[in-house]
Amino acid sequence: MSHLLDQLRFFKRKQGEFSEGHGETRQESRDWENVYRSRWQYDKIVRSTHGVNCTGSCSWKIYVKNGLITWETQQTDYPRTRNDLPNHEPRGCPRGASYSWYIYSANRLKYPKIRKPLLKLWREARLTMEPVEAWASIVGDKAKAESYKSKRGMGGFIRSSWEEVNEIIAAANVYTVKEHGPDRVIGFSPIPAMSMVSYAAGSRYLSLIGGACLSFYDWYCDLPPASPMTWGEQTDVPESADWYNSNYIIAWGSNVPQTRTPDAHFFTEVRYKGAKTVSITPDYSEVAKLTDLWLNPKQGTDAALAQAFNHVIFKEFHLDNPSPYFTDYAKRYTDLPVLVLLKEHTGATPETCGYQPDRFLRASDLTNNLGQENNPEWKTIALDANRNELVSPQGSIGYRWGEKGKWNIQAREGGAGDEINLQLSLIGGETAEVAFPYFGGQTHEHFQHVAGEDIQLRRVPTRSITLADGTQAKVATVFDLSAANLAIDRGLGGANVASDYNDATVPGTPAWQELITGVSREKAIQIAREFADNADKTRGRSMIIVGAAMNHWYHMDMNYRGLINMLILCGCVGQTGGGWAHYVGQEKLRPQCGWLPLAFGLDWSRPPRQMNGTSFFYNHSSQWRHETMSMHEVLSPLADKSQFPEHALDYNIRAERGGWLPSAPQLNRNPLQITRDAEAAGLSPVDYVTKSLQDGSLRFACEQPDNPANFPRNLFIWRSNLLGSSSKGHEYMLKYLLGTKNGVMNEDIGKSGGVKPGEAEWVDDGAIGKLDLVTTLDFRMSSTCVYSDIVLPTATWYEKDDMNTSDMHPFIHPLSAAIDPAWESRSDWDIYKGIAKRFAEMSVGHLGVEKDLVTVPLLHDSPGELAQPFGGIDWKTAGETPVPGKNCPNMVVVERDYPAVYKKFSSLGPLLEKLGNGGKGISWNTQTEVEFLGELNYTVRDEGVSQGRPKIESAIDAAEVILSLAPETNGHVAVKAWAALSEFTGIDHSHLAQAKAHEAIRFRDIQAQPRKIISSPTWSGLEDEHVSYSAGYTNVHELIPWRTITGRQQFFQDHPWMQAFGEQLMSYRPPINTRTIDQVKGKKSNGNTEIVLNWITPHQKWGIHSTYSDNLLMLTLSRGGPIIWLSEHDAKKAGSEDNDWVECFNTNGALTARAVVSQRVKDGMVMMYHAQERIVNVPGSETTKTRGGHHNSVTRVVLKPTHMIGGYAQQSYGFNYYGTVGCNRDEFVVVRKMAKVDWLDGTDVGGIGGDALPQPLPTKV
Amino acid sequence: MSNINNLNHLDLLLFGIYPYVAMSICLLGSWARFDLSQYTWKAGSSQMLSNKGMRVASNLFHVGVLFVLAGHFVGLLTPASVYHHVISTEHKQLLAMVSGGFFGMLCLIGLLMLIKRRLTDARVRATSSHSDIMILLVLLVQLLLGLFTIIASTHHMDGSVMVMLSNWAQYIVTLQPIEAAKSITPVGLVYKLHVALGLTLFVLFPFTRLVHMISAPIWYLGRRYQIVRQK
Repeated sequence: MSHLLDQLRFFKRKQGEFSEGHGETRQESRDWENVYRSRWQYDKIVRSTHGVNCTGSCSWKIYVKNGLITWETQQTDYPRTRNDLPNHEPRGCPRGASYSWYIYSANRLKYPKIRKPLLKLWREARLTMEPVEAWASIVGDKAKAESYKSKRGMGGFIRSSWEEVNEIIAAANVYTVKEHGPDRVIGFSPIPAMSMVSYAAGSRYLSLIGGACLSFYDWYCDLPPASPMTWGEQTDVPESADWYNSNYIIAWGSNVPQTRTPDAHFFTEVRYKGAKTVSITPDYSEVAKLTDLWLNPKQGTDAALAQAFNHVIFKEFHLDNPSPYFTDYAKRYTDLPVLVLLKEHTGATPETCGYQPDRFLRASDLTNNLGQENNPEWKTIALDANRNELVSPQGSIGYRWGEKGKWNIQAREGGAGDEINLQLSLIGGETAEVAFPYFGGQTHEHFQHVAGEDIQLRRVPTRSITLADGTQAKVATVFDLSAANLAIDRGLGGANVASDYNDATVPGTPAWQELITGVSREKAIQIAREFADNADKTRGRSMIIVGAAMNHWYHMDMNYRGLINMLILCGCVGQTGGGWAHYVGQEKLRPQCGWLPLAFGLDWSRPPRQMNGTSFFYNHSSQWRHETMSMHEVLSPLADKSQFPEHALDYNIRAERGGWLPSAPQLNRNPLQITRDAEAAGLSPVDYVTKSLQDGSLRFACEQPDNPANFPRNLFIWRSNLLGSSSKGHEYMLKYLLGTKNGVMNEDIGKSGGVKPGEAEWVDDGAIGKLDLVTTLDFRMSSTCVYSDIVLPTATWYEKDDMNTSDMHPFIHPLSAAIDPAWESRSDWDIYKGIAKRFAEMSVGHLGVEKDLVTVPLLHDSPGELAQPFGGIDWKTAGETPVPGKNCPNMVVVERDYPAVYKKFSSLGPLLEKLGNGGKGISWNTQTEVEFLGELNYTVRDEGVSQGRPKIESAIDAAEVILSLAPETNGHVAVKAWAALSEFTGIDHSHLAQAKAHEAIRFRDIQAQPRKIISSPTWSGLEDEHVSYSAGYTNVHELIPWRTITGRQQFFQDHPWMQAFGEQLMSYRPPINTRTIDQVKGKKSNGNTEIVLNWITPHQKWGIHSTYSDNLLMLTLSRGGPIIWLSEHDAKKAGSEDNDWVECFNTNGALTARAVVSQRVKDGMVMMYHAQERIVNVPGSETTKTRGGHHNSVTRVVLKPTHMIGGYAQQSYGFNYYGTVGCNRDEFVVVRKMAKVDWLDGTDVGGIGGDALPQPLPTKV
Repeated sequence: MSNINNLNHLDLLLFGIYPYVAMSICLLGSWARFDLSQYTWKAGSSQMLSNKGMRVASNLFHVGVLFVLAGHFVGLLTPASVYHHVISTEHKQLLAMVSGGFFGMLCLIGLLMLIKRRLTDARVRATSSHSDIMILLVLLVQLLLGLFTIIASTHHMDGSVMVMLSNWAQYIVTLQPIEAAKSITPVGLVYKLHVALGLTLFVLFPFTRLVHMISAPIWYLGRRYQIVRQK
């Protein structure tokens, strides 16, 4: 009753004793328990998730109490799966569970803020000038511009207001668009699936003003180019539930429990069902403890192991004792029966002369085009065993465009449609000596090689045919070429083949790989046999789960094609429980086709400007100025070096000029000015540009990256920690893009005497500080925010409405605003809406209705993918006239009504009714959906361009646009989409969606419960009652072609550059030499031993990339700051012990961290879990004399020309589909114990040992 | 009652009425706080935020203040007839001055160190309430006043003032406010200030961290390992 009165019973409360006096029974108030009861009481629960790049997409309950977010727990109400299949829940991991910590933490961004020197300049200028002038006066003055750019990353932020920041950003954008061109306004935001409305907010704004969005998947190097090469599809993978359908799983470089935590239960559950699991990782990782067998090949040599696996599988299951299932699969679904032309190969001596594989034989090579009038150059040829005739099987890419109904992979030829039975091998007839490149003999200081001739002739069954021009030619099947490439002795005689697995001299044998990888030959043979045997018995239920680790090597395609080939040889792709399960980076944006119009403003203007991230950063952060590698080092020994430049940038420039890759900034003149100039010259813009390009008066911006006219000027970063995580070549970015303090420790090629590019203009003093304005939106003070000029506080994942999907499961999730955004933060949607509004107001008087010339590369899934039938090159190199869409990018004039940008942003435009909607090469009428959105979101009443259009005011409105337009979330659209595809294939697919025709998912539905998506032709798997989502399923079961040149899965790549770089077929290639050690090793001694180790940067345990790595809870669970892992032996060599401070450095830069010494790490490598946030516990570096960097401070991007190929079927550009990738695993670092740990802080500023407390953000300049 | 007229009204108010008001507030306030806001009933230690010099400062202060408080209690409330069995009035005053002076100085050093810490240590300062700072300053003033009374007492070593003060205290606790006020009227200003501020400390007591002094967890020392509550 009363605590005080209760005390009156003080001496009487004892009721008795128990346990020999150790316990006591009392009579006393239990009121105190109410405190604990109320501790766990809450006012409401709201469903949300974490918009972080982990592919988890887990449903969480967010608890709100007294208007504050208190904690989160896992939701457990997922829709069920099927009989005999475990459910998905509970999903979640400790990282997600710690998220609510951020919301009220000191790391939370609370107010818009600007760095002091810039704000001071701005406020001074604004006293006398209007905003656009004021901005011009700052960036136009070199000293002023330098005064704030050089302070980036040095703190000094001042609290500003939304009004002020919007004004500065709008002024900078208006000025840049007007002065330099809209393509100089750049945006970087990754992984739309994390929070697709927030992504769309920024990209919609940028697309409407003509800015360029950068791709991320390639830049992260998570994009496996091997996927489009093989399938014409980027990262379509099985959902995690499909693991349970498998019987044999190899986890190859994928640390399932650590990086797919919420899905890992399927991996353990399937073992109870009897599946065998194998892990292949160089270190003893978490997944290794879950598997029956662990193989630990030397890091970076996985392709050698894969090659041996393929050697065994091909020999035993395709040649010696062919599996009927595999053979049938190979005939129908792969390019193995397709014929390849051989061309003569001239060796040094007559004995070394022979042939080499050239390209696929096409209908156009044959008399009368083999009866094919449409696209005969794009119709590949095979031999029909029934009639012993050359036929053009349906489904090759020539059937996709220009005709209807034959683009399918029924076993029919494309003429009369007769049934065919393709012949895999030509064995039994003539043979030829065919030359194959051998790279495994190349030496590398840190890797084993097996000596051998770099060109190896092997005997291949061939056939002679007569071509249309009457000449004789030899052809071979991909099957026979593959067998020879794997060096399998087929009894044809000749050299360089093995019949014995123990023959270590022949590339591809298990014994050969043992020398390179260190994995025993017995194990290699055993796994290959088991894998194939299981697939044979179960019709393809063998699976490989792979993370991007192997994709981060320069020769990633060899690693990936190696394991993809295993899967195809065993008929696993497209089968339930089988296939390629590559999980990383590209979370599947399930309602993609509904999202695209919203995200890129396709409802108002097309096409949008998009740029591939890697080429952009390589070029514009001047990493090319420090190039150490000649492309000649990676050319095939069969290639004519004189035809190929040495510098990687030359290839990229050619690719941009040829329309293979996109360009942004595009040309060396403002694209708004170009159209005016064209008008003045009396020419159409396209004619004007082609003419000006030809006479040299107009050039591509990429040719003059150091010319101020071509700088990217404004950069928006949102939903990303670009500079704290993914900035490969971080120190170069700081130096050249930002113009601030950096740790670059080498001279550019001008001073070091390296090979300069021939296509790019060289300037001795490389331009620095190219970006005028860097704006970052985040909810926490990340490293990127530290380096930005303006930091905008966004709503957290518990404070905004958005949507999230994943490739790991088929559900669509909401993010919901459990509370209003705290402090002055706003959702991304509201932030960009605010900027758009200010931009529109401010543009009046500066910009009106303008004509913008947009260059568009030759796109995949468009007729542009047929641009260059036999390869080709850009017009300039070829000395030809530029023909847009042929040897030069397409050019489209887009009208931009700048004062109407806000009205357009906040309403759905009319192009959807006019042009329809679609994706991946098909389109459909979507008038009904637009009408419906007008009813649902209401229409705009205000006068202007948007009057009468459906509103997109709130983030929920935007979500409804996506949900209504996408086939995955609107059954009516799904039916239309399948019908659209049926026109191409000539097969009726509508049964796949008919049953769900009336299903429609609204935003409030997914807030009630995550909803399963509807099957759509955007994806190659089905979401159904009888099958889990599995990639390639509809290709195999609905006979929809893969979107490749043959329409089938490709072992063989026939573009001339694939030939030149020796990658027509898969084989092991050793890591490259980045030359970053010798210049610094031993040159800046601190007295401690320096050792050189391979730089490996896997995904971490205590964060999802950098997110959570600065979270107090995760810091407490881990070591509380940056760490690297090295082996006991290496640590001993370096004289270092566990927890020592060490520095890792090379010519690119340096980082500081503490050492974790562990037996789990392989000798020769050092692991730094990537993206450990740099703002926590990072001391100064002894070599750079500035604060230690992050894991990308020691990297620099090296490009691979084969990734630039364009206009060539599956090797055509698509945003986040194909393009250059930012690889970084071939890098080495010097590891050295630090002699002195200097925090570079005085105690007065709150450094270690200091007593100063966090202060409120200052408000005065 | 006619004697009331001889009394200064202020003396009556401060030393006759105020003591009861102060003690009432102290009792009722403490009760209210104890019943309504148990989680605020605490010492509010900041030792976790800054441990530097804390051991010396805190011990000096607490040893000093505990002795001084005990001295006041015994000294003021023991009737002369009782202590005369042990000690004479003069000697008692001398004892009070010497021991009180010694422990008062210990307390002063500790208190000054604590005040410096509270005001200058950024972490401690940032987590201090106004009340935390105020009570330290009030204690300082009270302590200084107390030390000044020692100096004042050197002018009358006969113990006469001491007797007046203890009479006041004994009248107060025996519910004779007017007699109490009368007996304190002749003493010097410094004594009156010290007493008035001392009474004010009773007023402040329930609203500050001072409450911790009556909740020392000494019972914990003899507690059973396991306690089970009934119902």
